[in-house]
Amino acid sequence: MMRPDRGTGLALRYVAAVAVTLLFLFPVYWLFMISFKTPEEIFASPPVWWPKSLQLANYAVLFKDGDVVTIWNSVVIASVSTAAAMIIGTMCAYSIARFRTGGNFFTDWLLSNRMVPPIVIVFPVFLLYVKVGLVDSYLGLILLYTAFNLPYVVWMMRGYIQDIPLELEESALVDGCTRWQVFLRVVLPMARSGFFATAVFTFVFAWNEFIFALVLTRAEVTTFPVQVTHYFGGQSNFWAKIAAMSALGTIPIFIAVTLLQRYLVRGISLGAVKG
Amino acid sequence: MGRLSIEGVHKHYGKVHALKGVDLDIAEGEFCVFVGPSGCGKSTLLRCIAGLEEIDEGRVRIDGEAVEGLRPRDRNVAMVFQNYALYPYLSVFENIAFGLRARKVPDAEVRARVGRAAAMLGLETFLDRKPRELSGGQRQRVAIGRAVVRDARLFLFDEPLSNLDAQLRDGMRAEIKRLHQEIGKTTVYVTHDQIEAMTLADRIVLLRDGRIEQQGAPLDLFERPETRFVAGFLGSPQMNFIPCRAEGGALRFSCGRSLPLSRPAPEGRDLLFGVRPEHFSRPGEGDPRPRLDVEIDLVQPTGARTYAQFRLGGVEATAELPAHAVERPGARIALAADMARAHLFDAATGRAIRD
Repeated sequence: MMRPDRGTGLALRYVAAVAVTLLFLFPVYWLFMISFKTPEEIFASPPVWWPKSLQLANYAVLFKDGDVVTIWNSVVIASVSTAAAMIIGTMCAYSIARFRTGGNFFTDWLLSNRMVPPIVIVFPVFLLYVKVGLVDSYLGLILLYTAFNLPYVVWMMRGYIQDIPLELEESALVDGCTRWQVFLRVVLPMARSGFFATAVFTFVFAWNEFIFALVLTRAEVTTFPVQVTHYFGGQSNFWAKIAAMSALGTIPIFIAVTLLQRYLVRGISLGAVKG
Repeated sequence: MGRLSIEGVHKHYGKVHALKGVDLDIAEGEFCVFVGPSGCGKSTLLRCIAGLEEIDEGRVRIDGEAVEGLRPRDRNVAMVFQNYALYPYLSVFENIAFGLRARKVPDAEVRARVGRAAAMLGLETFLDRKPRELSGGQRQRVAIGRAVVRDARLFLFDEPLSNLDAQLRDGMRAEIKRLHQEIGKTTVYVTHDQIEAMTLADRIVLLRDGRIEQQGAPLDLFERPETRFVAGFLGSPQMNFIPCRAEGGALRFSCGRSLPLSRPAPEGRDLLFGVRPEHFSRPGEGDPRPRLDVEIDLVQPTGARTYAQFRLGGVEATAELPAHAVERPGARIALAADMARAHLFDAATGRAIRD
């Protein structure tokens, strides 16, 4: 039997890669297409693969009704909670990595927080928030998402920081840096890839979070995932609105991932390959 | 500027007693080398001087000022690390300037001082590069540049050459010595390599198990070791230690052979006859020196010299002879030992026996 030569093998691999990419991209394509279709086109059979004209009426409605403000709410809540979790979590991770703060127990306990099913604490948190007046406020969700993401950030950043050669920090200390300067001028630049990769995952978590946003918001700070569910009605679903809103909702994630892509790949694969 | 004095320093890591009361004075401008086997405490002592480790007991003074409570940055010392400790995300220029930036030195002065340091180390053309674009030797030069650029009171080197290949190491060693002659800063240098210690040091401090075993000028330690450990640590190949006893003015070995003593030795005690391989030679015709007839069982030619092994007093001994002195194992030859340069050690305590 003849073995396929290298060219054939490469071609096969490309075909497989393209096929898998298409499979994953199709729902995204379909979502965007629906958002540009007229109601007739949405329900047409056989399906319309490409609408006659890319009409923006579905988006216009969202803007006119003021529904897009929920995307802004999500941007504020996800960004601020990500920033807070990254700042506090990275400092905490540094402390654990270099000074063994809290010993082994503390890090395990931190991680165990992540294992609690959210549904278990939704209602206690709701009752607590009613008492302290944090329901339907930016601060309420920001605090909660920060708390949720902290264990993840600490755990991930601890690993990235432990990979930094200790000599780099010691050298900086002898050269005249304070601990703070070491953290800012050595640790952060060295852990940059891991930092951004962690930040993206943290942001995506806050962006997608649904159950707490549903229970803890009313009208003021409704987030985008909650808003989308409002279009699923008892009698009918507003597919046009669902598609347009969802399309808008992917844009911030798309921007974040595109901007940080080079860090993301390096950050995720960090430690996989030495050197 | 740059006097260092260490008094009764103790350091524990958990149950390990790493430094057991070290006393040491290093004069201004001196090049002092800490040497010893791994785990002897030499790096720990250096880190205690730098302030990277806190000491449990004792005093560390720089120019008379007690520094044991000070943070590393307040001690004003510069340190070169084994793995260079360069920042991969900064250019060579910024790596050298790092310490100055941390101390908020004005930009014009940073430029002038980095320029001077780079010129001294031949790094002018590399200033815009990143460390990963440099060879091992160049990286080590940048690391030295980071120390030189600062007006530090002490230079500390922690095994700076152990990551370089042998040829580069010889070159860098010479460069470090030249640099010290030019700048004249007090330098403390840690190594496990006895050649580095011998060639660089004004003074060698030989550590063992957290204590100073002996200190002094390199040749002083080499020629007048106070213990068997010092004698064995310095010199390559190692000094021979042959069990013996002193009887009637001669050294008697367990194999029955003997050598007349040139100076008195305590009788009736187990001794070790310490003789360096290069102090064996083949006696010529009519040589008055006492002979040892031996059978060579291993021959190792190195080019210029040949190492010949033979059994004496129940142990394997080595003689360093001219290149063609012995051709094959099995040869029976006569050897003479230079008794004036040989040593006697107490077998029980390991201490040298002097008259």
